Amino acid sequence: MISKDNILEVQDLKTYFYTSRGVVKAVDGVSFALKRGETLGLVGESGCGKSITCFSLIRLVPRPAGRIVGGRVLFEGEDLLTKSEKEMTRIRGRRITMILQDPMMSLNPLFTIGEQVAEPIRIHQKLGKLEVWEKVKEMLRLVHIPSPEVRMREYPHQMSGGMRQRISGAMTLSCQPDILIADEPTTALDVTIQAQFISLLKEIQQQAKLSMIVVTHDFGIVARICDRVAVMYAGKLVESAVTRELFNNPIHPYTIALLNSVPKMEVKVDRLYSIEGQPPELHALPPGCSFSPRCPDVKEVCLKDYPPQKEIKLGHYASCWLHG
Amino acid sequence: MISSHPARETEKTVQVSGRFHWIKIKGAIWRIPWAPVTILLIFLICGIFGNFISPHDPMKTNLAEAKTPPFWVKGGSTEHLLGTDVFGRDILSRIIKGAAISLQVGFAVVVFAGALGTMIALLSGYLGGWVDVVLMRITDMFLSMPYLMVAIALAAVLGPSKNNIILIMGVLGWAGYARVLRGEVLRVKGADFIKLAIVARASKARIMLRHIFPNIINTLVVLATLQLGVVIIMESSLSFLGLGVPPPDPAWGSMVADGRVLLFTSWWVSTWPGIAILLVVMSFNLLGDWLRLRLDPKFRQL
Amino acid sequence: MQAAGCMVKGGCTVSENLLEARNLTKYFPVTKGLIFLKRIGAIRAVDGISFTIHRGETFGLVGESGCGKTTTSRLILLLEEPTSGTILFGEKDISQMSRSEFNHYRASVQAVFQDPYSSLNPRMKVGSIIAEPIVINDNLRLKEIRDRVASLLGVVGLRKDANELYPHEFSGGQRQRIAIARALAPAPSLIILDEPVSALDVSIRAQIMNLLRDIQMKMHTSFLLIAHDLAVVKHMSKRIGVMYLGKLVEVAESEELYSHPAHPYTQALLSAALPSHPDIARDVIILPGEVPSPLNPPAGCRFHPRCFRSAAICSQQVPPLKEIGPGHLVACSLYS
Repeated sequence: MISKDNILEVQDLKTYFYTSRGVVKAVDGVSFALKRGETLGLVGESGCGKSITCFSLIRLVPRPAGRIVGGRVLFEGEDLLTKSEKEMTRIRGRRITMILQDPMMSLNPLFTIGEQVAEPIRIHQKLGKLEVWEKVKEMLRLVHIPSPEVRMREYPHQMSGGMRQRISGAMTLSCQPDILIADEPTTALDVTIQAQFISLLKEIQQQAKLSMIVVTHDFGIVARICDRVAVMYAGKLVESAVTRELFNNPIHPYTIALLNSVPKMEVKVDRLYSIEGQPPELHALPPGCSFSPRCPDVKEVCLKDYPPQKEIKLGHYASCWLHG
Repeated sequence: MISSHPARETEKTVQVSGRFHWIKIKGAIWRIPWAPVTILLIFLICGIFGNFISPHDPMKTNLAEAKTPPFWVKGGSTEHLLGTDVFGRDILSRIIKGAAISLQVGFAVVVFAGALGTMIALLSGYLGGWVDVVLMRITDMFLSMPYLMVAIALAAVLGPSKNNIILIMGVLGWAGYARVLRGEVLRVKGADFIKLAIVARASKARIMLRHIFPNIINTLVVLATLQLGVVIIMESSLSFLGLGVPPPDPAWGSMVADGRVLLFTSWWVSTWPGIAILLVVMSFNLLGDWLRLRLDPKFRQL
Repeated sequence: MQAAGCMVKGGCTVSENLLEARNLTKYFPVTKGLIFLKRIGAIRAVDGISFTIHRGETFGLVGESGCGKTTTSRLILLLEEPTSGTILFGEKDISQMSRSEFNHYRASVQAVFQDPYSSLNPRMKVGSIIAEPIVINDNLRLKEIRDRVASLLGVVGLRKDANELYPHEFSGGQRQRIAIARALAPAPSLIILDEPVSALDVSIRAQIMNLLRDIQMKMHTSFLLIAHDLAVVKHMSKRIGVMYLGKLVEVAESEELYSHPAHPYTQALLSAALPSHPDIARDVIILPGEVPSPLNPPAGCRFHPRCFRSAAICSQQVPPLKEIGPGHLVACSLYS
C-alpha cells in the first residue's frame, strides 16, 4: 500500500487501554491509507474505536491507561510513532490538526475569539503583532464569519453553535495543515447549519488542497463529502472502499446491516432492518470475528478465527470469511 | 434474517450482571482503606463494649498509685499499661470509656445536623422561589457565625453537659450540610426523571423523598464522615475548656486539660488522650476522603 | 388492551381528533434587577400555534434549535403553563374539565425523553420505575402491579427479571425501552417522544423505531414525535408540522411535505438534509445569517429576513396558516 500518493499510511495500529476490568483493545490492528487531497470517512458506532484511532495518529491517547502498543503511522513516509514529543508538538496543530465534536468544549470561555484564533498562529509562525491580527481576520473571513473585526473581540458564549464550529475551523486552518481530522464535526449542529459547515469544509479543502479524515456515525455525511469510506467495528476495520462502491455493493454483513437500518428520506419502508443484540464489550470480545454473535450469515469458522483483510475488488477491502 | 427481536441482548446483560456483582464486591473489599477502618473499628468496640474490656474502673481513684508512668518506663507496672492520672485513675480505662463519649457525641451531632441540613436543602433546592431565598439567607447567617466562640458562649449559658453540647453543635452545624446539599439537589432536579415523575403526578413530597434524596445520599455520607472529625475536635475543645462533658466523665478533652499542668513531669496524662483524638479524627478524615473518591460521579452508587 | 382516552360516548374511529392545540402561546418573561425585578421583554418561545393530533397516528414536529418544539411538548405535558391558548383533549377544553376528567388527561398523556441516562432514577429498581405512574394514580394490588410490569417488560422486549435490576446495568437502548415501558404503564392515548433515538447508536435506533411502530399498531397510541433528523421524522410520522421561531409555518402529510414543500423554509430545510446515497445530488439552499433571537423576532413573517422569496408584504403582515391542498397548510404570503 506504500505509495507516493499517500500522505498518510496507517499500518496495523494497535491502541490498548489497561483498565481494572481487563485490557480494552480500542484499536486492534487498523490499517488504512489517505491520499493527498482526499477525504476519508471513518464510520462506526460508539465504542468502535474511530475517535481513538484519530487520537492515536497524533499521539494524544489518554495516559496512563491508554497506550499505543503497535503499528506504524507513516506521515509523508516518516513514522510518527517513533518521533519525540518535541517533534510531535511541531506537527500537531501545524501539519495535522483536529476539529472536535462539541464546539463549546474546544473553545476557552475566558478568552476572546481573536485571542484563540491567534494562538496557533503565534505558536507555529513567526509573525509580527499586526501581521498576526491580519491573519486572524483573514482566517475568520475564510470561514465566512461576518464583520471579523467586531467578532474578534467577542467571547465564545456570544456566538451560536454553528459559528463556534467555524471558529474551531479557523483555528485549525490558520497554519495551513496538510491533514485535517474532523471528529463528528456536525453532530451538535442543526440541519441547515450542518449544511453550511459541510459546504465550507468542502470549499476549504478544494482551495487548500487539504486531505481530510472525517469521523462520523452518519452515512449522510459520508455520502455528501467523503471520497473513500472505512467502516469500523469493535476496534477493527471491517470494510473500506470508494464511497459509491460501498453504498452500491457493500460486502461485510455489518456494513450491509448498518446501511439498511438507517431510515432514508427517498425510500419509504414499513419496518427498518435492525441488527440483533448490541455492540460487544471491548474487554470481553468474543473469539473469532467480533461481529459473529450478531451476524445473520455466521459460519463455523467465524467463531474460531478473525478473518484477514482481503482486497475483494479493486480498492475494495473487507474482513469477512464469506468472501475469500 | 430480518428481525427486531432483542431478547438475546438482555440475556447477556442479566447473566453478566450476576457475575459482575460478585466481582465488584471482591474488588471493593481489596480497595477498602484498612488502616483507618481498623482504627475506627477498635475505637468503636471500645465505645460499645468498654465496660467489658476495660482493665479497671475508669472512675475509681487510688491515690496510692497516682501518677504512675506507662509500663515500659521505670516506676510503671503492667497493672496500669498507660499509667495513671493525678487521682490514680487508670488512663487506659478512661480512654476506652472516653471513646464511648466522643463517638456518641460525634454521631449524635452528625445525625442531628445532617438531618436538619438535608431537610432544609431539599425544601430550599426543590421548592425554590421565596422558600429558597429565605432559607438560604438563614443558612448564610449561621455559616458566618464563628463556630467555636458561639459554642463557648452557649455552653457557658446552658451549662456543661453531654446533651447540651450535642444540641449546641447540632444547631451550629447544619448550615454546612444545607449549603452543599442544596447544590446537589439543584443538580438532581434538572434530570429528566424528575420531569417524568411530575408527569406521573408525583407529589412534591414524593419527589423530594423518593427521587431527590436517594441521589444526594452519597454527598451526605461523605460530608458526615468528614464532619465527625470536626465534631470530635470541637467536643474535645469544649471539654478542655471545662464547658463540655463535665467531670468525672473521662472525655478526652477533659483528660488533656487535667494533664496540662503535669505536661513536663507526668506527660502521659495528657498525651494518651491527645493521641486518641488524633487517631480518631485522622481516621475519619481518611475514610471520608476515600469515600469521596469511591463515590465519584462516574459510579454514583454506594 | 383497549385504547384508552376515548372521551366521546359511543366509541371512536381512527381519525378522531385526540388532541387539539389552539393558538398555544408561551412567553418567558425576561427581567432585570436583583431585588425589584423589572420586566424588559419576553422570549416568545411558542407564539400562537394550532395543530391537531389524530387518534392512533404519529404527528411529527420538526424545526431547528429555538423553534419552540420542545416548549410545545412541555405545554402539552403540563410541565409549563401556557401564556394563552387552549388545549382540547377529546374535543373538550382541559381548563374546563372536572377533576376526574383532568386527571384522566394527565394519565393519558405520557412522555419519553431524549437522554436515556437522565430519564431513569439511578437509585430505583427498574420495576419500581415502570410501575410508578400506576402506583401513584391507581389503586391496584401488589400482584396486579407486578403482573402489569411483567407484561410491559415483555412488550418492550426485555426479560421479566429485569424489574429487580438497576438502570446502570442496562445499555442506552435498553434504558430507552424501560422509559417506553414506563410511559405505557397508564395505558396512555398519547405519548410525547422528544428525540427518542438521537442519543442512541445507529444500529439500536432501528430497533427502537420498530418497537414504537409495533406499539402503535397494537395499542393504537398516538405519538407526538419531536426530532431534528428529517429521515427519522418522515419514517415515523403520518403528518408533520414545521416550526420556525415559535410559529408553525407548514403542516402536511409526510409524503406530501417531502415531495411538495410549499414554505420556503421547509424547502431550505429539506434541501439541507444529508443524502442517503452519494449519487443523490441536492441543490442545497444555503440560508443567509442565523436564526434571530426569540426575544426580538422580526416583524411580520418571522422568516422574511432570511427568505429567498420574500416580498414587501412579508415584513408587514404575519401570514396565517392557510389550506392550499387536502390536509396541506402553509403560513406564507406567497399563497394568499
